[in-house]
Amino acid sequence: MPAVQETVERVKRIDVDQYRYGFETLIESDKAPKGLSEETVKFISEKKNEPAWMLQWRLEAYRRWLTMTEPTWARVDYPKIDFQDLYYYSAPKPKKTITSLDEIDPEILKTYEKLGIPLREVAMLEGVEPKPGDQDPARRKIAVDAVFDSVSVATTFKAELKKAGVIFMPISEAIREHPELVQKYLGSVVPTSDNFYATLNSAVFSDGSFVYVPPGVRCPMELSTYFRINERNTGQFERTLIIADKGSYVSYLEGCTAPQRDENQLHAAVVELVAHDDAEIKYSTVQNWYPGNSEGKGGIYNFVTKRGDCRGNNSKISWTQVETGSAITWKYPSCILRGDNSRGEFYSIAISNGFQQVDSGTKMIHLGKNTSSRIISKGIAAGKSQNTYRGLVTAHRKATGARNFTACDSLLIGDKCGAHTVPYIEAKNSSATFEHEATTSKISEDVLFYCVQRGLSQEEAVGLVVNGFVKDVLQQLPMEFAVEAQKLISISLEGSVG
Amino acid sequence: MALLEVKGLKVRVEEREILHGLTLTVNEGEIHAIMGPNGSGKSTLSHVIAGKPGYEVTDGEILFRGEDLLDMSPDMRAAKGVFLAFQYPVEIPGVSTMNFLRTALNAQRKARGESEYSTPDFLKKVREVSKSLNIPQDMLKRGVNVGFSGGEKKRNEVLQMALFEPSLCILDEMDSGLDIDALRIAADGVNALHSPKRAMVVITHYQRLLNYIVPDVVHVMSKGRVVKSGGKELALELEASGYTQFEDAA
Repeated sequence: MPAVQETVERVKRIDVDQYRYGFETLIESDKAPKGLSEETVKFISEKKNEPAWMLQWRLEAYRRWLTMTEPTWARVDYPKIDFQDLYYYSAPKPKKTITSLDEIDPEILKTYEKLGIPLREVAMLEGVEPKPGDQDPARRKIAVDAVFDSVSVATTFKAELKKAGVIFMPISEAIREHPELVQKYLGSVVPTSDNFYATLNSAVFSDGSFVYVPPGVRCPMELSTYFRINERNTGQFERTLIIADKGSYVSYLEGCTAPQRDENQLHAAVVELVAHDDAEIKYSTVQNWYPGNSEGKGGIYNFVTKRGDCRGNNSKISWTQVETGSAITWKYPSCILRGDNSRGEFYSIAISNGFQQVDSGTKMIHLGKNTSSRIISKGIAAGKSQNTYRGLVTAHRKATGARNFTACDSLLIGDKCGAHTVPYIEAKNSSATFEHEATTSKISEDVLFYCVQRGLSQEEAVGLVVNGFVKDVLQQLPMEFAVEAQKLISISLEGSVG
Repeated sequence: MALLEVKGLKVRVEEREILHGLTLTVNEGEIHAIMGPNGSGKSTLSHVIAGKPGYEVTDGEILFRGEDLLDMSPDMRAAKGVFLAFQYPVEIPGVSTMNFLRTALNAQRKARGESEYSTPDFLKKVREVSKSLNIPQDMLKRGVNVGFSGGEKKRNEVLQMALFEPSLCILDEMDSGLDIDALRIAADGVNALHSPKRAMVVITHYQRLLNYIVPDVVHVMSKGRVVKSGGKELALELEASGYTQFEDAA
């Protein structure tokens, strides 16, 4: 397919020998005092002008968090985190209240330009409409919410979405403008007591995206959020909440990058999805946080709780993730299949190189009747990395006719890395049908030599083989991002073969 | 100038010398057969010419149109026109044959400073070539060699040979794993590609293949050296009397 060819060509043009997004933006920021206490929580809530109920919610989470301990069951190894040695809030200092993109600090705009993120809707704000009939899918509109450290700095296409009835805004704004929706749904999928990092997030989350798609509406464009960690020693705790009301559809993509630093930084996000009757949510992630240097120094700790609730009958939630970054990944985007005939999907490509450690997978919890789920996981380990798939598929006693298909494939590049598969499967009723397939293979010298003998360079050969390996999952990504993801995959594996 | 000149080639694998000073000259348009018992170094020779990692050349040289081949990366050798048809072609799941062919062909063209094929031009070319070799179109849509029969894999090698238009084709034990019908089809393909500009080096254990691909020169290898060279009748002689007569010569 030409797409692979294009990737190979693009990769050649890019200066690849280092993490491309490792630069730092020098701007003044407004930070909370270091460390975590009730005061920190109050500080954040106050900064956001939050109503009292929100502060109460946060404080309850904080008190709960004090009683909890960090999970240790994942196959990852890192020094103990000193939670008092972190900043929990950092915002670029605004010169004045921002009403349009033009007023955003030009340094931040430059940052997003460098990252290649389409804040090009600047043009839209200036009244430059795309030509009618411009149906080129590559130029389809994408609404972007850009989160810089702890705050959202820009959300584009808000007005156009509003016309369709879709609410897409920073969650900090939603708390003030749509308290009834936020109160109804926040914490309804991932309760504040869920797990150590989710509880921490509930106490100190600063920003993230909020999406509400009203009944019967098909969201007219892709929604996306770009998360950027800039400030030193700062944790990023974003919170995303997406609600697809009856019969609606939305596709959402998140991307993440961070500067290159020697110290580790914590990213503990919570994402909650709710799909009502006949609704569908497609959630895609391209995660490229700084993975640390070639000796394993620095990098992001990506400890994330993502869960979707197929609350209504015939609802569907689909997670697609391309994970190439972070020093440590601890992430299990899951589906609760509550509604009858609901469907959950998890498509994952997790690539680890250098000293990266990945423990990722999914949970498919079948509660309703005739629910089905599908898991396709592709793990690729290179360098000295460790890559674990951990997944749970469970069918409740009343979940008659539950079906699951799981395929976990691991590919090893070199002989100093590891791939592990840890599936948990529970069927509590006899009508459930669960299938599990798993393979582990190595990119063999013979395959590489075959490609090279036909004229491909060593790196083109690795890129081709890996892209073939992950093809089933790449096909699930929105088209605009599939090429991006292919490119990222090849870059992540640079230097993985001697 | 000879197309390929191998002079006094000594090759080691993990401290053990496999080729002990091998010399071979192949001119444009010639078909050479290299025969010999298992372990005589036939496949090692083909791998070293193509540049497979894991072999250490301790002495001698390989010239291709007068250029030092050992100085070039394997992909550069391919771009220069060296093609190795593998004894056991590998499978590459998820990569369609069509995609593979196009990526490889354009990589070679790029390395030679030629313009790359556009998609329509490439499709036209690949259809032409596969039609001339009676290769069904649906084979091109499948993953590279995935689920191919032994015969299909060899035909895929022949297809690539036709598409890349190399000037030197080395066929490593192309008869292994083929029944007589598949062998005939593959050999017909090879014969169709033989031209005054293109040389073939056919490596085989058995004389059988040489009933279909008729060589100009036959070399007998034993213990890492060419011990005898002659015309096509040498192959028949070998078939009748076996390799043992050459063991002492080596």
